[in-house]
Parts: sequence; structure tokens; C-alpha cells
Amino acid sequence: MEAKQATAVKYDMEVVRWFTIAAAIYAVVGTLIGVYVASELAWPFLNFDIAEITFGRLRPLHTNAVIFAFGGSVLFGTGYYIVQRTGATRLWSNGLAWATFWGWNLIIVSAVITLPLGLSQGKEYAELPWWVDIAIAVVWLMYGFNYIMTIGIRKTSHIYVSNWFTMGMIIMITYLHVVNSLAIPVDWATSYSIFSGVQDAMVQWWWGHNAVGFYLTAGFLGIMYYFVPKQAQRPVFSYRLSVLHFWALTFGYVWLGAHHLQYTALPDWTGSLGAAISLAMIIPSWGGAMNGMMTLSGAWDKLRTDYVLRFLVVSLAFYAMSTFEGPVMSIKTVNALSHYTDWTVGHVHSGALGWMAMVSFGAMYHMIKKLWGVEKMYSESLVNVHFWLATIGTVVYVVAMWVSGIMQGLMWRDYDEYGTLTYTFVESVSAMHPYYAMRAIGGAIFNLGAWICLYNVVMTVRTASAARSANAVPSNA
Amino acid sequence: MSDHHDKLYSTKLQDKTERSTLLLFVLTAIAVAIGGIVEIVPLFYLPNTAMCQNDPTCNNTQHKDLQGNVIPMDKIIWNPDTSAHKTLADWQPGDGVRPYTALETAGRAVFIREGCFLCHSQMIRPFRDEKDRYGHYSIAEESMYDHTYQWGSKRTGPDLARVGGKYSDEWHRRHLRYPRDVVSESVMPNYFWLEQKPVNVERTVQTLKVMTMMPFNPVPKNIYTDEYIAGAVDELEGKSDLDALITYLQGLGNHVKFEEGVNYRD
Repeated sequence: MEAKQATAVKYDMEVVRWFTIAAAIYAVVGTLIGVYVASELAWPFLNFDIAEITFGRLRPLHTNAVIFAFGGSVLFGTGYYIVQRTGATRLWSNGLAWATFWGWNLIIVSAVITLPLGLSQGKEYAELPWWVDIAIAVVWLMYGFNYIMTIGIRKTSHIYVSNWFTMGMIIMITYLHVVNSLAIPVDWATSYSIFSGVQDAMVQWWWGHNAVGFYLTAGFLGIMYYFVPKQAQRPVFSYRLSVLHFWALTFGYVWLGAHHLQYTALPDWTGSLGAAISLAMIIPSWGGAMNGMMTLSGAWDKLRTDYVLRFLVVSLAFYAMSTFEGPVMSIKTVNALSHYTDWTVGHVHSGALGWMAMVSFGAMYHMIKKLWGVEKMYSESLVNVHFWLATIGTVVYVVAMWVSGIMQGLMWRDYDEYGTLTYTFVESVSAMHPYYAMRAIGGAIFNLGAWICLYNVVMTVRTASAARSANAVPSNA
Repeated sequence: MSDHHDKLYSTKLQDKTERSTLLLFVLTAIAVAIGGIVEIVPLFYLPNTAMCQNDPTCNNTQHKDLQGNVIPMDKIIWNPDTSAHKTLADWQPGDGVRPYTALETAGRAVFIREGCFLCHSQMIRPFRDEKDRYGHYSIAEESMYDHTYQWGSKRTGPDLARVGGKYSDEWHRRHLRYPRDVVSESVMPNYFWLEQKPVNVERTVQTLKVMTMMPFNPVPKNIYTDEYIAGAVDELEGKSDLDALITYLQGLGNHVKFEEGVNYRD
């Protein structure tokens, strides 16, 4: 992990503090919007006939808020933290890091304004208007350049495994964002993709699945490879497994997007190829999950008392679960049933809530104590409460979507004894109602946990700041 | 790890790579590029990907018409030079895939703006139940002019790829305004307010121009002629977003006439 230094390195941690606080806030906001859009599907009166808050306009705000605002703040914050500590060096440019903080938050503000106004490019997870896309590219390249230059000036001989994954994310997201966002503007508000039909579908899911694969997986694996060993105070279980995990994931994940387009107008081989590689990806994914889990060898007793470690271990369990579920859903016969249903939504959330958010919370709690120089959070038992709310909320959500998704798929294809379709479409819609309500409740439980996290973070920071000014002891984050 | 600089834990290449920022960067940049290149690039020249409207021999589609005969390429993609119908106004269902009219273009912009694609797919798969429910499976050419494809990924509501002509304009008007007045179990938001919004004429005309400038599958200039674009203003004037959206929906999926009554995979 960190090199032993004769003298303590002075790190640039103020920007990390700000990103961490931002992440705690965006976790609340992003999941709150999610609960609201979920409730709109269960109780459509909640659209209130206000264009700006209809499902079609708020849902992109939810996805953008959780992926880019919450996920982004976590990635930027932990990234700057990890790259300094594993390289025993300050950031290459602290100023550039601050520019990414303000730039990224400006992008988030513009999303909050433009998406409810209906400015959409019509691509999932890439709805933002063309000029925001340009801003994203600029800020992302500033982050990437600063990150890689900081690796370049590291004092250690080897580049730590977390940084491999983050570097993979930086490069791949640059490719994806640039190619998928290629569009011709009509005016300031509207633009249309240069690709159409089949080609646009493939480019979109190359983006869509690899935003999951690199932004939400590789980036967060970087987090996992640093914070799990740190929190467990054990070295990574297997170095060789992490080498395998990295190269197999880096090379392989890219191919998976096509499994979103099976049985569509895309040539058949493309979806099949995507599915075949998807199945193969179980090996590196489970290798990586085992690598993280087995890092706790000889330290399992810590789970009884260390709530942060609970977050990290359960996140790995969800990572293993959803990287098994994903390949299963990419099998053509399964996909024929699962595609277009809530099962996909459930799968995404077992990854996003169970894996990505849980590992983020674990990392945030760990970092906050280091960043503000405190031994404990304001309330350790609230960390435990948050852990259980997050876990229960995720399970309720995912189970609701499994049931509704599989039920939808089965109802759509069901034939009666006369050879006609048993159910009208709208019968499947009304059958979903209890599960949509259950999903909203699961999301609300998760959201409550995020509020508790925010409260705990704010109180910890306030207490630490008060103690610091009272004792006038400089922070040694 | 870093405490034992001299010890080799894996291969020499790996060891060298993880000591060099540049080498790690280059190898990673190559590794992540391959999958996308293999899956995306062929879709720009292979048959059946709607990328060769100017070359009728390159496409080997075997889609069949009402009589069970293979549909010739010029009946899959409308070509005003060879078709009996020469202009967008004359075009008839069955003449082949055509670009959107000005009013449909305005309606499509509403469809995208309101995020309709988040709940309605436009891609019918070749299964028996989908054929019975929605119609013939969708083919690549049918979305060739869809800059920003609208296949969708979720069916909270039904597929719309062939919704054109399935219901009357009046049904759509009532349903879009207050969905639960028509379908009591619906969870769709009310869109009565679209009726009060006039279509954005300037933006729509500019969109038509942009569609002719696309590097891939642009709208041919002999379809969006200068006269057509100049006359688009008259087509759009006085229309609401709701009118435009209904016109768009009514034009979906009837461009090519396919055979009926054939069962696909169960």
C-alpha cells in the first residue's frame, strides 16, 4: 500500500473533503428523486400535471444525479485521495483538482436546470444537452490528466492496483463519452446524434453498458482495492488475482454492450458475441469479488464491531451477485424474457445500490475519519443503522423488481387454450402496482439511510472542527 | 508491495508495466479499444444494417410482403427516383421507409423531450407474442432516419414501433390528454398541456436542414428538397405539440408492408 516515508508527506486533501461532503449530499438528493419517480409509477397522480416533474423528465434527473453527481463526487474524491496516498505524493496540480470540483458541480447544476425543462438528446444516461457534453469532456480530461500526472510523479516504484482500475476508467469513459455524444446541434437546446438506427443503438449501448463497466465498476473497484485492505488492515488477498481481474475486466467488459440489443434489428452475431463474453466475465468478476472478500482472512471477527467493514463486505457480496445475474440475463433465452421488463431495473439497482453505493459509503466513512482526524464518527451506532437501512432497502427494491419483471415477461408471452394472448398489455401494468409500491418503499428505506449518513457526516465534521479550533491542533489528514 | 522493489511477483511484462505510467496507459488504452472496434465498425458496412441505400445490391434482406414474395430493396427504402410516388406528400404506406415529414419531425422532438422512450420501446422482436401484440418484427431500415434511435429499453407501456394507424387520431388525443379517461389502469402522466403549446416552427425547420447534413444516413436532398423545407412553415403553422405528436405516432411502422399471419419463435 503506502510506502514508508522518512518524513510525512503533506497531501492536498481539502478538495477531497469537499468532494466527500458533496457525495453525502448527492446521495440523499439522487435517491430522493429516485423514490419520487418510483412513486409516480405506483401512483401517477404524483405527476401533478406539472411538465417539469413528469416521470419522463425526472427519471433522467434521477439517473444523472446518482451516476454523475453522487457517483462522480465519490470517484473524484476517493481518486484524489488514493492516488496521493498510494504514490506518497501530493497532487500534480491542486488547482486543477479544484477546477474539476467546481466544473463538475456546475455541470450538475446545469443538469438540474435543463433536464426538467425537457432538454434531452434522447439517449439514456447521455441526455444532457450538447454544450454540457462538451463541459463534461473538458472536466473529465482535466481530472484524467491530473490523475495520470500524479501517478507519474509518485514516489513509489510500483503503481498500486487501484490506480490501474481508475486509469482504465479514465481512458474508457473518454472514448465512450466523446463517440456517443457526437451530434449536430440544431440550436442551443437541441441536437441530434450523427448516428441513426442500428449504429446508434450499438454506440449507445457500448456507452450505456461501459458507463456501468468502467465508471460504476472499474472506478469503484479502484475504491474497493484501496479501502477494503485499509479498513481490514490486511494486504490484498492475492496480487496475481488482481492482475488477472484488471486485465480481463479491462479487455472484456467493453464487449458486453451488445447484449442489450439481442433479438433487435442488429445483426444476430453482435448480441451473441456480447452474450458470450458476458458469460466469460463471471470469471474475472468473481475472482475480483473473492479477492476482496478473502482480504478479510483472519480478520472476519472485525465484522462484529467494524460497521464500515460491513458496508465494504456486503458491497462485495452484491458485486458478486450482480456480476452473476448480469451474465445470466445476457443468455439469449433468458434475455428474451427479461428484456424490456423491470428485471433489468432490478439488476441495475442491485449493482448501483448494493455494490456501488455501499462501497462508496464504506469508503466515505473511512475517509472522513482520516480527513478530519477523528477516531470515530459522531455516532458509530448510526453507521450501523445506516448499514441496515441500506441493506434492507436494497433487498426490498431488488426483490420487488425480480417478481414484477419476471411476472411481466411471463404475462406478455402467455397464451390461453385457444391460442390467443391471455393478457392485454394493460393487465400487466395493473399487476405491477403492488411491486411498484414495494419498490418505492425499498427506495425510501435506502434514502432514509442516506439522510442518516449525511447527518452523521455533518455532525462529525462539526465536532471535529470545534475540537480543532478549541485545541488549535493542526489537522494531519 | 512497494517495499520489495527487487522481487518479481508476476511476469516481467506486468512488472515493467506497473512501474511505468506511460506503458500502463498505452496498454490499457489499447485493451479497452478492441471490443468496441470489433462490434461497432462492421455495422457501418455489413448488409442488413441499413447503411447502403444507394447500392440496392448490397442488401440481402429476405423480408416478405403480403403475398410471401421477397420485398425488393426499393420497397424497403423509399426512393423517389424509382417510386411511382415522387414527393413526401405523395408517398403511400408500402412505398418503403421514408424520412419524417415536418410535422412528424416536430412530434418526434416532443416524443424525445418528454422522455417517452423511457417507457415505450420502438423495437419489436421476432417472437410469436410480440407479433400478435405489436406486429411484424422491426427491421434495421425502419429506424435508418432515426438520428438518435428510439428503440428504448423498457416497456412500462406497450411498444410503439407499429402503433401508426392502430387507433384513431381522436383516440390518441383523448388518451394523451388524460390517459386514465381511456385506459383506467394506465400509469402514464397527463399530457393535456401539450395542446396549449404551439410547435416550435423555427427549430423544426432547422432540424430538417440538420438531418440532410448527417454524415451517416442523411435525408437525401431529393426528399428534403429546398422547396419542401421552405414549405414546411405552412405545414407547421398553427399546430400544437399535441397535433405534432399524434401525427408522429400515426406514421410509425407502416412504411413497409410485410406479410401477415406467420408465426415466429415462441
